[in-house]
Amino acid sequence: MDINIAAQLNSFLAAFVLLTAFGMLVQRRMYGLVHLFAWQGLFLSVNTAVVGFVAGKHHLYISSLLTLTLKVILLPYILHVLIRRLKVHKEVEVVVNIPMTMLIGIALVIFSYYLMSPVTQLSTLVTRSTLAVALATVMIGLLMMITRKHAVTQIIGFLAMENGLFFAATSATYGMPLVVELGVAIDVLIAAFIFGIFFFHIHTTFDSLDVDQMERLKED
Amino acid sequence: MTFTPIEIISSAVLLLFLTILIAPLLRGRQRLLINASFTMASAASLLGLIGGVWVVAGGLTSRIILPVGLPDLPFHLRVDPLAGFFITVISLLSFFVSLYSIGYVKGYIGRRPVTSLAVFYCLFLSGMLMVVLADDALFFLISWEVMAAASYFLVMFEDERIENRRAALLYLVVAHVGAIAILLSFGIMAGLTTGFESFSGYTFDAMRQAEVPLKWSTAAFLLALFGFAAKAGVVPLHVWLPEAHPVAPSNVSALMSGVMLKTAIYGIVRVSFDLLGTFPWWCGAIVLILGLISAVMGVLYALMQHDLKRLLAYHSVENIGIILIGIGLSMVFVSFNMPLLAALGLIAGLYHTMNHAVFKGLLFMGAGAVLHATNERNMEEMGGLIHRMPWTAALFLIGCVSISALPPFNGFVSEWLTFQAFLLSPALPSPLLKLLIPMGAALLALTGALAAACFVKAFGVTFLGQWRGHNMPRVHEADWFMRFGMILGALSCLLLGILPALFIDWMDIIPQQLIGTKTGASSGAYGWLWLTPVARERASYSGMIVFGGILLVVVAAYIILHVKPGTIRRVPVWDCGFGKLNPRMQYNATSFSMPIRRIFGFLFNIRERVQLTPRAIHKAFPKRLYYYLRVRDRFWSWLYKPIVEFSLFLSRYAGRLQQGRIQAYLIYSFITIIVLLVFSR
Repeated sequence: MDINIAAQLNSFLAAFVLLTAFGMLVQRRMYGLVHLFAWQGLFLSVNTAVVGFVAGKHHLYISSLLTLTLKVILLPYILHVLIRRLKVHKEVEVVVNIPMTMLIGIALVIFSYYLMSPVTQLSTLVTRSTLAVALATVMIGLLMMITRKHAVTQIIGFLAMENGLFFAATSATYGMPLVVELGVAIDVLIAAFIFGIFFFHIHTTFDSLDVDQMERLKED
Repeated sequence: MTFTPIEIISSAVLLLFLTILIAPLLRGRQRLLINASFTMASAASLLGLIGGVWVVAGGLTSRIILPVGLPDLPFHLRVDPLAGFFITVISLLSFFVSLYSIGYVKGYIGRRPVTSLAVFYCLFLSGMLMVVLADDALFFLISWEVMAAASYFLVMFEDERIENRRAALLYLVVAHVGAIAILLSFGIMAGLTTGFESFSGYTFDAMRQAEVPLKWSTAAFLLALFGFAAKAGVVPLHVWLPEAHPVAPSNVSALMSGVMLKTAIYGIVRVSFDLLGTFPWWCGAIVLILGLISAVMGVLYALMQHDLKRLLAYHSVENIGIILIGIGLSMVFVSFNMPLLAALGLIAGLYHTMNHAVFKGLLFMGAGAVLHATNERNMEEMGGLIHRMPWTAALFLIGCVSISALPPFNGFVSEWLTFQAFLLSPALPSPLLKLLIPMGAALLALTGALAAACFVKAFGVTFLGQWRGHNMPRVHEADWFMRFGMILGALSCLLLGILPALFIDWMDIIPQQLIGTKTGASSGAYGWLWLTPVARERASYSGMIVFGGILLVVVAAYIILHVKPGTIRRVPVWDCGFGKLNPRMQYNATSFSMPIRRIFGFLFNIRERVQLTPRAIHKAFPKRLYYYLRVRDRFWSWLYKPIVEFSLFLSRYAGRLQQGRIQAYLIYSFITIIVLLVFSR
């Protein structure tokens, strides 16, 4: 593959990752969110494979595969099961209204480009232009956690942040060492299980997954 | 096979650790546990005593490096005569107190399990020994914390009472504020020795050799002084002391008051004379002023107390003040390059350290025996105990005479030496000191007089007269273990008082190493019999001859009164024709101290109320009279209350950040990230 085409492909996929991030920011329905999360994982996985091919780093194929199984299949499946069991597939409540959230998200993307411009000038990697996108994905994930009230959406926001970090690692340094990535993957998986268990408990305790309910936990 | 002194002292620490391990195994058999663990503790103390005396007598310095601790930061252990002296003091008193504890702790059997008392007692002893053994900042601070934590649990021993829990918490807070200051002080010294580049400056050896700029050494000294003063209970950091000492078991109070406070004195001497070596003259003046304030305020507060152990605790503040006066004078003289007087001041301070350990230990043991027998700490309820507890009364009296600085006992000698340091000092080139030195001597004299008044009250109200409480409990004399501990204490009070020249000769190596001159206190034609600081024509004292004189007078009086029968007649007390004398009409602790309360009333926060019952026909014939008196420490409202209120105010303000909403917390981190990114770009 030509290096130019690879760079184009990389940018194209980055655009899709960002697009799904924005999609998650505006999506009100639970299932829709999970699907968007799965799509984001898929773009990430393909992107990792492409970068691995261009850079000749074969361990990236393993991370790509790992991303595919974990973030495209396993985690969305767990979330699906959670939503079905807890019957929380209704519309998602938001703290800030959707257009406002979109505007903040756009501001964050511009901010990330502004932040990353010196790094982009110094870097010689094929993937350098996507670094800002990765940072924006992280920040949008955090924004999503802030603007949503529902515990499951908070977790999806958290996982989206992790996606952004993974993306940043691939674009900044052609991925982390395999050991680290394996560790992170296991962490994410275990985190998902723990969240699942906690949700059941929170649901039985508060009869809701609205995090506002947890204000009651505060000591006066 | 030969031993070095440091090995003997370390084996004492190891023996204590072994006891800590064994004690929980004997949990089921409390009597055996008490016998075994306190016997082992006294054996360990004996080992420490041998090692300590040997080190000072030989002027030895030896060290061990233990390959434990953090990587590349091993523990350094070292004894020199200064450390040996403090090990001697600690071991001497802990030997007495451990023997005493065998009897005392048995009083708890059937009331509560004493396993934790035995374990923390041994941990506390080992902590104190390790503090003195430590030769690097890390090991020092670890030992310091072990000591503080162990004594915290000992204060908490009877934890069902709220006053004990409060006292323990206050103690822990003050101890840790002090520990932070000590940590910072060591940090400055260690950092400057290596230019803040490596950790190798943490040993005391490195600090000794370093040339620290004067302003930094002053900062390090002031921090260390603050930290150690908090531990020693120097006014105004003394508030924890009268709370914590009375509520701890009495054997622990004896150790805390007798020797734990002395580790802080050790710290001050170690940091100022040994590690820093140079300090501006006003540092010594600060120590001197703090000592004077503590001495006077301590004794005045002690006079106001009617809880026997609380009274003794305030006397510890006073005596720490007297010790600091000696050390402060010594520091002033060092700064003005007068080594002979500096040595005299240091010896006076250190000798008083030893004496205070012995007599305060004895007094607390006596108070413990009274508490053990009557279950009462309030002196207003006591009286007449001399008939039921003759041994305790006689031994407590010896402690009272010693602490009141009366010859021939030991308190007199060290206070006399401090006076000599005051009186022999020539005109110093500073107007403040010119004022301070005569005033200090006057204040010290005042302190001695007030202390004597206070112990007349303590002894008189507790042991003389008749029982003041409503019904007298079944009082029993202390058992032989407790008596033995107290007898040893009283004997050492006497020996330290009548043979001071011998002991000062023994410890004269310390000023020689730290200042460079011996006092030569016993030099002169008369040898060990006469104590002659500086010059024989100026002042000299012979404890032995004074003791002989007093003995002669007593024997003569006894012979005159008892040889011929009929010289002593027992008749009823003349009651002015009133006819209904009862024990409530005796002088009590409050009435005894009333004149002094009137004179020095402005120093206390006093609330006094006299209330007559309204049904009285005339003011002169009240049916019933209520008298209410509350004396409080002014420092609490001056210094501590504002701090407490300010920190509460700040916490309430900061508490608004904590809303309990996850989104709010996420926004905090989000904003933090954005701000950091903007600034780091």
